[in-house]
Amino acid sequence: MIFTIKDLLSIIPELIIAGSACVLLLVDLLISKERKACMAVLSILSVIAAGVASYWLLGADFMGAKSFAGMFELDGFSTFFKFVFYTATVLSILLSFHYVKEEDINLGEYYVLMLFSLSGMMVLASGADLLSIYVGLELMSLPIYVLAGFLQNDVRSNEGAMKYVILGAFSSGILLYGISMVYGLTGTTELSGVAAALSDSSVHVPALSIAIVMMVAGFAFKVAGVPFHMWAPDAYEGAPTPITGFMSAGPKAAAFAVMLRVFMEGLQPAYEQWMVMVGVVAVASMAYGNFVAISQKNIKRMLAYSSIGHAGYALLGVMAGTEEGIASVMFYMAVYVFMNLGAFGIIIMMRKGGQRGELIEEYTGLARSHRGVALLMLIFLFSLAGIPPTAGFMGKFYIFMALIHRGMVGLAIFAVLMSAVAAYFYIRIVMLMYMREPAGEFEFARSKGIYYALFITTVGTVLLGICPGYLVKLAEMASVIM
Amino acid sequence: MVPLTWFLALGLILFMIGAVGVLIRKNIIIMLMSVELMLNSVNINLVAFSHFLDNVRGQIFAVFTITVAAAEVAVALGILIALVRNRGVFSTDEIDTLKG
Repeated sequence: MIFTIKDLLSIIPELIIAGSACVLLLVDLLISKERKACMAVLSILSVIAAGVASYWLLGADFMGAKSFAGMFELDGFSTFFKFVFYTATVLSILLSFHYVKEEDINLGEYYVLMLFSLSGMMVLASGADLLSIYVGLELMSLPIYVLAGFLQNDVRSNEGAMKYVILGAFSSGILLYGISMVYGLTGTTELSGVAAALSDSSVHVPALSIAIVMMVAGFAFKVAGVPFHMWAPDAYEGAPTPITGFMSAGPKAAAFAVMLRVFMEGLQPAYEQWMVMVGVVAVASMAYGNFVAISQKNIKRMLAYSSIGHAGYALLGVMAGTEEGIASVMFYMAVYVFMNLGAFGIIIMMRKGGQRGELIEEYTGLARSHRGVALLMLIFLFSLAGIPPTAGFMGKFYIFMALIHRGMVGLAIFAVLMSAVAAYFYIRIVMLMYMREPAGEFEFARSKGIYYALFITTVGTVLLGICPGYLVKLAEMASVIM
Repeated sequence: MVPLTWFLALGLILFMIGAVGVLIRKNIIIMLMSVELMLNSVNINLVAFSHFLDNVRGQIFAVFTITVAAAEVAVALGILIALVRNRGVFSTDEIDTLKG
């Protein structure tokens, strides 16, 4: 097989990220422990360089073409998601500056692993063949397993990472079994070839249903959908907080990107079959995630259950199976990056000295002494709950619209009811912050990185709530190209 | 010639043993071995399909699966070492700090 120069040009952003991760691994050896912040700055610069390259590729004449013998697809859909990943990575790195010093995990590998994971997500979003999708999935997951256990001396971190890696490997096993069945039935792993083979209804044998069940299960693990969510609360609680934010924003969006690609492009002819299973996972996730979040005392754990609930909403968009549904999921993922990383930003700010900032009680009376911080937390929590005029409301709105246009009104009503349940535990924190007297003094981690990240997330959350039109239009354009 | 169904049956049986092993065994090392069994049952499937479809894609896929599975186990063992250093346990029954 011969690679053309166009093949190489179409993966420039991936090459920049993977290449700079390798280079940074060596540069790390030359930088003293006190000056590891350089590594973070260099990582951010390489993400920005990849962003510029992605933007440049939008105008290239091979946009929308497949490269590497149908393995890799450069289109608007993948580029949209890549920008979501860039944003999530840059924000997580900004949030990490201070945190890594506080926890004494100030190592260069931390940033390098984030970059490797980012390159995996990018391959995943562009994968047009089940093989490149599988490799991308693992390239994304393996660094995250390590990052989740990065607090080497903290038992909780070890434990969360261990559960994550075992269940992650288990889920890849299930997914691979599904892929092997699809390969056996269709004779190819290329998504367009799979779709072509499946359009002949003689392939619709019971084995196909089993294959689809296994693929839904495999992807549901990655997005933490019920009943494949068991790893999420533990991994989220144990991981370093910036990594928890990163996990819940980047890899989750990547898993949705690949889910949309596989189900809407490859398995589109079997829509009737996977639609039911995705719907069951979506309903279970919304119900379980939101109800269990109510009883949580640790805010990271609560946000883990809330992210299970949010995965449920986004799965509804996948289930709708229309272009509008795809666009709504894309928009939701972009919004989720801002509001979720914003909330994690406040949690990271609260981590200072002896104050862990992890228990919900610790936020009692925050508004009395620190109005600004409390107000930001209020914006992010309202957005997560889906209260207008925040971005979270618009995200849910477009998903529900896509459902209603598909005639699934009952599901939309159920989802709205579940957001009412979700409002309880988000607003409970707001109530604690505003209506109670503080028990003691608050300390804050003050770092420029956190300020920049909070500024970006706040602007994103508010702006996308008030004028979402531009981003929605981009998402719609990208979903049509697919 | 051995028919395709025999290969698939072998693959399915190994996959089941692996999946049940992950779900019911308590020792983390054995759980990791069970995961390997699942991944290798997939390889049997892929190679068998590849042979009967006369299409090399499945074999290429199997090579990738083997490689990635090795990397996955390396990461898992690294995390396990950190866990054992801190807690000194191998059993999932005793790993119960996180709950709720």
